[in-house]
Amino acid sequence: MNNLLALPVVLPLLGSLLALVWPRRADWAGLGASVAAFVAAGHIGAEVMRNATLELAVGGWAPGLGIALRADGLSASLLLMSTLVALAAGLYATTYFAEAQKRADFWPLWLLMITALHALLLSGDLFNIYVTLELLGLAAVALAALGGSRAALQAAVRYLTVGLLGSLAFLTGVGLIYAGYGTLDMVMLAGRVDAEPATWVALALMTAGLLIKSALFPMHFWLPSAHANAPAPVSAALSALVVKAAFYLVLRLWLDVFDVALSQASAGLLGLLGASAVIWGSWQAYRAERLKLLAAYSTVAQIGYLFLFIPVLLATEPGEARDLLFGALVLFALTHGFSKSAFFLGAGVILHRAGHDRIAELGGTARALPVTTFVLALAGIALIGLPPSGTFLAKWQLMTSAIAAGQWLWIPVIAIGTLLAGAYVFRVLGHAFGPGEGVGPSLAWARAELPALLLALVATAVLGLGAAQVWTMVVPGSNAEGVSL
Amino acid sequence: MLSAEIIYGLTGVGLFTLGLRATLLQASLLARILAINVCGAGVFLMFVSIAYQGLAQMQVPDPVPHALVLTGIVVAVSATALALALGRRLRESKDE
Repeated sequence: MNNLLALPVVLPLLGSLLALVWPRRADWAGLGASVAAFVAAGHIGAEVMRNATLELAVGGWAPGLGIALRADGLSASLLLMSTLVALAAGLYATTYFAEAQKRADFWPLWLLMITALHALLLSGDLFNIYVTLELLGLAAVALAALGGSRAALQAAVRYLTVGLLGSLAFLTGVGLIYAGYGTLDMVMLAGRVDAEPATWVALALMTAGLLIKSALFPMHFWLPSAHANAPAPVSAALSALVVKAAFYLVLRLWLDVFDVALSQASAGLLGLLGASAVIWGSWQAYRAERLKLLAAYSTVAQIGYLFLFIPVLLATEPGEARDLLFGALVLFALTHGFSKSAFFLGAGVILHRAGHDRIAELGGTARALPVTTFVLALAGIALIGLPPSGTFLAKWQLMTSAIAAGQWLWIPVIAIGTLLAGAYVFRVLGHAFGPGEGVGPSLAWARAELPALLLALVATAVLGLGAAQVWTMVVPGSNAEGVSL
Repeated sequence: MLSAEIIYGLTGVGLFTLGLRATLLQASLLARILAINVCGAGVFLMFVSIAYQGLAQMQVPDPVPHALVLTGIVVAVSATALALALGRRLRESKDE
């Protein structure tokens, strides 16, 4: 029994209920629950580093009939990122939403979304994952509509219908798996799976549902409008966390559960879609006229990089080389989570202070909002993949492994994507440092700038310089001395 | 001869396909919400027929898929409620 695992799910849920029944103290309930969840995630991370895997049979029911909660290095590191991003974005939201009524609307939904996300990361059972995926989707849609503008509502409706189709496809796959193997527990399943047509159909359905939810090109069409029209803290969480939850599931299914049933060709297909996403997303981000739209398209591109790792991972022999690459994949996902949330929070400050986020009219921002501009620059460094950010190490490892596996095709894709990322980040900074009026800094908004700065610093400095810790956590029994630079 | 569970299962697949087609092609939000529900009904029917799969050996149908369908129905109702609420807000904003 390890009841610690239930805390990251229970604490935000409790906070959400408190914020709902006690709207006037919603800020305290929300921030308290976020801090407590962060502490719990930290403990889980420390335990995972010591013992590799934690498991909890909820209510004492053994897996099979009952549902298990599990944490390994992958879920623990994502959990830690999620709690930290949620805490920073929540702190930001207390300034961003000036009216108390808005905050009372925001906190219960926000904490429900965090609850669902943590339950998804810790769940060890496929059907439970379906339920958490739906809960996450519903909470995310409601949050995306919180702005209340017509564009936001339309984007939310599209987000909802597309998301529902994705989860129904996933559910159908879950049903086929149960029909074939009589269990939905992922660890039990991993021992029973055979390479046979029914498994392929089930895996294809589940993966298709998850690809829609993780907005992999060409299923990304719903993402830019939904992420760009949401309030800034919500955009940050949608891009940094919610999209990554679906990718986490793809990774879990492909690498841990169904690895025996996979062929290199299917992984290559995911890689090709990822490569298209890198090029298309980066190009659209370069052409975007508004800052938040740029950030949303940049998410499409960065998700593409994550999918590029999959064919290379499957082509690499299990062992040290594969562990290194897997650690790099997690490092990439974490760095993107921190940098993109920081970028969205910074964009939210500009949108609020200047009244618009048109990139061409950003002149004077660097003088008026130096901290926010610094946040955008730091986050940009991580998005491009310049040292010392974690993205730099991760991309380096990806290219090294791709060459070792003979998959040369991905090298030019990564190079073009990185160049385009440099172009879109420097376009923003170029305008921001240009001449212009700009709005004056405001002391009240310093409280919002600090969490954004914290996230950007984690992405650029902490994850880059402390990257060895990621490998220690993700790869059991490893020391990261093998990481070459 | 087709056994009953295969017929139900195939009906489920058919409902899912019909719903999917309408979800993608219909322009009106209400029609899309209904279509997604038809889709969901198809999936649930498949689950129910899965429960009868091993009936020859067992005396009673497998309860696990039934429990899953019940949970799935709750989720579907909540999702439909959210979609309808959003649709109403959208319509009110159009009237203004």
